[in-house]
Amino acid sequence: MADITDLTVLEAHNAKMAGELSAQEHSEAWFEAAAGDDLNAYLWRNDRGAEAAAIEVQQDWNAPIAVKDIFTTEGVPTTAASRILEGYRPPYTATAVAKLIEAGLPILGKTNMDEFAMGSSNENSAYGPVLNPWDRERVPGGSSGGSAAVVAGGLAPWAIGTDTGGSIRQPAAFCGIVGLKPTYGAISRYGMIAFASSLDQCGPLTRTVSDAALLLAMLQGRDPLDSTSVGIEGGVSLPDRENLAGLRFGVPAELARDAVDASVREVFERTLEKIEALGGEVVEVSLPNAEHGISAYYVIAPAEASSNLARYDGVRYGMRAGGDGDLTEMYEKTRSEGFGAEVKRRIMLGTYALSSGYYEAYYGQAQKVRTRIAEDFKGAFSAVDFVVTPTAPSVPFKLGEKTDDPLAMYLNDFFTVPMSLAGIPAISIPAGLAEPEGGGPQLPVGFQIAAPAFAEQKLLDAAYALEQGIGFDARPEGVGGADG
Amino acid sequence: MAELEAVIGLEIHVQLATKTKMFCGCELSFGDEPNVHTCPICLAHPGVLPVPNEQAIRYALQIGLALECEIAPWSIFHRKNYFYPDSPKAYQISQYDIPICGAGRLGDVRIHRAHLEEDAAKTIHVGESGRIHGSAASLVDFNRGGTPLVEIVTEPDLRDAAEAAEWARLLRETVRQLGVSDVNMEEGSLRVDANVSVRPAGSSELGTKTELKNMNSFRFLQRGIEAELARQRALIESGGEVEQETLHFDPASGSLTSLRSKEEAHDYRYFPEPDLVPLAPTEEMLREAREALPELPAARIKRYESELGLSQDVSQTLATDPRTAGYFESTVEAADGVEPRVLANWVTGELAAALRQAEVEGGAADSRVSPPALATLVSMVQEKKISHGSAKTVLTAMVTDGGDPAEIVEREGLAQMSDSGELEAIVEKAMVDNPDAVEKIREGNGKAIGAIVGAVMRETKGRADGGEVNRIIREKL
Amino acid sequence: MIDRDQVLHVAKLSRLRLSEEEVERMVGELSGVLEHVDRIGNLDLEEVEPTSHVVALENVLRADEPWQSLPRDVALASAPEPSEGAFRVPSPQAE
Repeated sequence: MADITDLTVLEAHNAKMAGELSAQEHSEAWFEAAAGDDLNAYLWRNDRGAEAAAIEVQQDWNAPIAVKDIFTTEGVPTTAASRILEGYRPPYTATAVAKLIEAGLPILGKTNMDEFAMGSSNENSAYGPVLNPWDRERVPGGSSGGSAAVVAGGLAPWAIGTDTGGSIRQPAAFCGIVGLKPTYGAISRYGMIAFASSLDQCGPLTRTVSDAALLLAMLQGRDPLDSTSVGIEGGVSLPDRENLAGLRFGVPAELARDAVDASVREVFERTLEKIEALGGEVVEVSLPNAEHGISAYYVIAPAEASSNLARYDGVRYGMRAGGDGDLTEMYEKTRSEGFGAEVKRRIMLGTYALSSGYYEAYYGQAQKVRTRIAEDFKGAFSAVDFVVTPTAPSVPFKLGEKTDDPLAMYLNDFFTVPMSLAGIPAISIPAGLAEPEGGGPQLPVGFQIAAPAFAEQKLLDAAYALEQGIGFDARPEGVGGADG
Repeated sequence: MAELEAVIGLEIHVQLATKTKMFCGCELSFGDEPNVHTCPICLAHPGVLPVPNEQAIRYALQIGLALECEIAPWSIFHRKNYFYPDSPKAYQISQYDIPICGAGRLGDVRIHRAHLEEDAAKTIHVGESGRIHGSAASLVDFNRGGTPLVEIVTEPDLRDAAEAAEWARLLRETVRQLGVSDVNMEEGSLRVDANVSVRPAGSSELGTKTELKNMNSFRFLQRGIEAELARQRALIESGGEVEQETLHFDPASGSLTSLRSKEEAHDYRYFPEPDLVPLAPTEEMLREAREALPELPAARIKRYESELGLSQDVSQTLATDPRTAGYFESTVEAADGVEPRVLANWVTGELAAALRQAEVEGGAADSRVSPPALATLVSMVQEKKISHGSAKTVLTAMVTDGGDPAEIVEREGLAQMSDSGELEAIVEKAMVDNPDAVEKIREGNGKAIGAIVGAVMRETKGRADGGEVNRIIREKL
Repeated sequence: MIDRDQVLHVAKLSRLRLSEEEVERMVGELSGVLEHVDRIGNLDLEEVEPTSHVVALENVLRADEPWQSLPRDVALASAPEPSEGAFRVPSPQAE
C-alpha cells in the first residue's frame, strides 16, 4: 500500500496511537515493499521463517527496520559484503540490533554495503553495487549505501548503518535523507564487524530528523560488552525547536575548497542564508588542521583495519580456500581469494604504516594530527554552537567514475573525516537538489552540522528547526506519492 | 683467553587462577574435552570486543607488590600482531611500553617489569610422528585461549644455572603463597624461559643472548642453562660468535635445537589496543592488594635474620615454607627463656633428622611433635634436666607417639643424674674398673678419657651430663 | 615512494598473495596515497600527544563471574574443517 509506506516512522506511530493504523498492517506493508528491491540494496531479506527465528521480535509493535550487513545477527547470514564471510551465520546478535529487537522492531533484512565498510560508493561490495534510487546510473554513496538506498527508495522506513569516516553521512547526502553519526561511545560496538575500532560508530539513516531521534534513543547506552561505550547522558528525546535564534554556526575557513562542485556550493550558501533567516548567526571559524584529516584518517583507519581483519584466516569460520598447501598457503590463498581489491589495498597500507621503522612517521604522526584536530574543534566550539560544511564535495557520481583512482575516491570523505577523528557527533540533512552536469534527474545535496561531544540533543533540535525551515520534501521519481 | 662469566635473565609466565578468562566470561579449563569453554569472544568471531577481568588486575597488582615493583599509575594494553592458529584474533592483547608493573626486586634479583596478557590456545599436531615436523595437520583447542597471564621479566642478574633454578623456586614459592596461581610447571601454569649470554669476566657490556624455552621443571631449567652456557663458551673459545636465536632444550638427550625464526615473524607491529581503556589502579585497589599479601618468604627470611638473629641458611630453611615457619614461630612463643636460635637449630637439625629417620611424611608442621612439646624439651636440655642424648631419645618417642616430654622422661627414667654424690660414686667405680685408661690420661693422652666417660654413660644409661662427668674425672685424677 | 620489494614484504606480513599484476598496481596505488599522506610528515608536532584513546574512561572492568560458554557443536558449526571436536588446519611448513 503506497500510502502506508509514505509515512515517516513518527507519522506512522501517531497514526497507530490514533487507532488509524495497526502495527501489523504497518509491518506487512513494509515487508511487501522491501520485496520490490531493484536497487540491489538488500543482501538478505527476512521471510519471517525458521531461519530468522533467533532475531524475530516477540510482537510487531514498532516500525520494521533495515540493518546494514555489518551487524551480526544470530543464525542469519552476515557477510559485511565480503566473499570471505559468504554463508557465515553468527552465533550471536549485535547489541545494537538486540536492543531494536527487544523494542519490537522487526528486521526487514540486511543491507548491502562496501566490503568491510571500506568505500564511499558501495561499489566495493562482493555482491554487486547498490544503485541510487534518484538515478540508477549513479552511486548511492558508501559504505552504508544499501541502508541509505532502502530508506530513500521506499524499501524501508528507516535503517541503521555505520560511520567510520563518513559512511552514514555521505550516503545520506547522496540519497537525500537524514544520516547521523553520534559521538564515539554513544552506541555499543559489540557485534559491529570492526573496520577501524577507534572510529566506527553505529547510527540512524532516516527520512526525517525526528525519526533519527527516535532511533538514536533506542540505540544509545552503555554496554558491559563494550568497554568503550558510555551512552548519552540524559538520553535523547524528540527534537522540538522552532527557529535557530541564539545559535551560532561556524563555517571553517580551511575547508573551503575549490574542488567542491558549483552546485554543491550553491546549495550550501543557500542553506547558510536559511539559517540566518531562522535567526541563527553564521560566522567563520578556523580548524587549522582539518585539511590534514584525510591524511591522518587514511593512516589510522587502514592500520586498525589491517589488525581487525587479520582474524579472517579460514581457521574458525567463513571461507577457506581449497588445495593442500601448508598453513601459510592456506592463509594467503584464503585471504587473497576472499578479500576484494579495496580491502587488500587498505590492509597493505595499514600494515605498512604499523611496520617496523614506519610506525612513528605514519601511525604515530597521524595520531598526533588527530589530537590537533580534536583540539581545533574544541577551540571552535568555544565560539560557536555548531560547525557546518557541505557533507560531500559533489553530487552523487556515476558508477565506475572514480573506481580507477583510489585517492580520488578517498577525497570524497574530506568534509566528514575530521568529525570522525575528533569523535564528535555530526548529522547530514538534505538541503536541496542540484542539476548534474550533462543533464539527468536532479540529485540531492546534503548539509552537515557538527556539534561538541555528547551534544546530540542540541544537534537534533537545531537540525530539526533547519529541516523544517528548508522544507525539503523531494523524493526519487516513482517513490511514494511525491512528484519527484 | 679471559674467563667468560654467565649472564642470565628469566622470563616467567604465570597463569592466574581466576574463575574466568582474561577478556571473556568463559571458565578456565583443566584437562576438559576440547572446545567446551569457548564463546564468540575467545573464538574471535567478527564484531566481538574484549573486557578485562577485574580479578586478574587485582592478582597482577598483588604480584607486583610482592615483587616490590613500582605500580604504574596509568598503563594501557597493546596489540601484538602475528598469524598462528592458536591466536584467533591474529593478535594477542598484551602490554608493551607502559606495563602495569615496573622495576622491582625479589631476593638478589632485580625485576625489570611485569605485565598482563592473554594466553594462546592449544595446537596439537597430528600426523605421522605427532610432532610438528612431518605432521600433516594441526587440531586447535581454544579452551586455554584467553587465560589470564602475568609475564615477569628479570634483569640479567643471575650468574649461574644453579642460582637461576634456586631463584626460580623462590619466585614460584612467593607467587604460590599469594594464592593467585597454581604455579605448576608440569601443568603449564608456570613457564620459565631463560635468556643466556656470556661475556669476559668483569666486563659490563652484554654479550649476544639466546632464548631458551620449553623447560618444564626446575631441574631441566638448570640443565638447559648449563648446556647452553657450555655451548656458548665452546663456540667462543673456538673463535665463533653467538647468534641471537631461540632454542628448545630436550632433557632426554640434553641437546639444544634451534628454532631459527624467519625475520618477518618478529615484526609484531605493536599499537595501543583501541578496544580497551587504560588501567589506573585506585588507592582502594592498591590498599586491598597490599592487605591481601601474606608475609612472603623474602621478608620473613630478612626478619628472622635481623630480629631473631638466625643465620641466613637456617632462615632460608625455616622461612621459605610458611607452615614450617608457622611451626617454628609457635615453638618460639611457647618457649620461655630459650633463644630462638637454639630452637631454630633443633627444628632444622634434630627434629628434621628424627622425622627422616622415622620416615615420616611431610615436615615439622605435620609431625606429632607439638610446638609446646618441642619447646619444653629444649628447655629441659638447657636447664640440664636431661642430657642432649636423652632428649634425642625422647624426641624419637614423640615423633612416633606424640606426648609430653616431661611425662616421657619420668616414664623412661631419663632424668639427668643430678645427684653428684651418686654420680661421683659411679665415676670412681669406672676409674677403678679401667686402670689402663686412667694411666694413659695421667701420661697425657687426653683421648683415653673417653673410655671412662663411656663406662659412666653405660652405667647411668645416658642420664649423666657428659660435661659433668668429665669434670669429676679430672678432679679425681 | 613504496617499491616492489616493500610491497612484497608487506604482503607477506599481511598473509596476502598478490598476482604480478596486483603487485604492480599496488606499487602505483599505494605510492599515490602515501604521497598525499606524507604531508603530515612535514608538520611540527613535536609537543603533541598522540591520541591513543578516544573516550576519557579508565578501569572499565568485568567481574570474575563465569557465563555460559557455547555448546561445542555451536562453536564448531561455522568451522571450515571441524575434526574430533577441534578446528583442523594444515600444519605450518617444516622449518
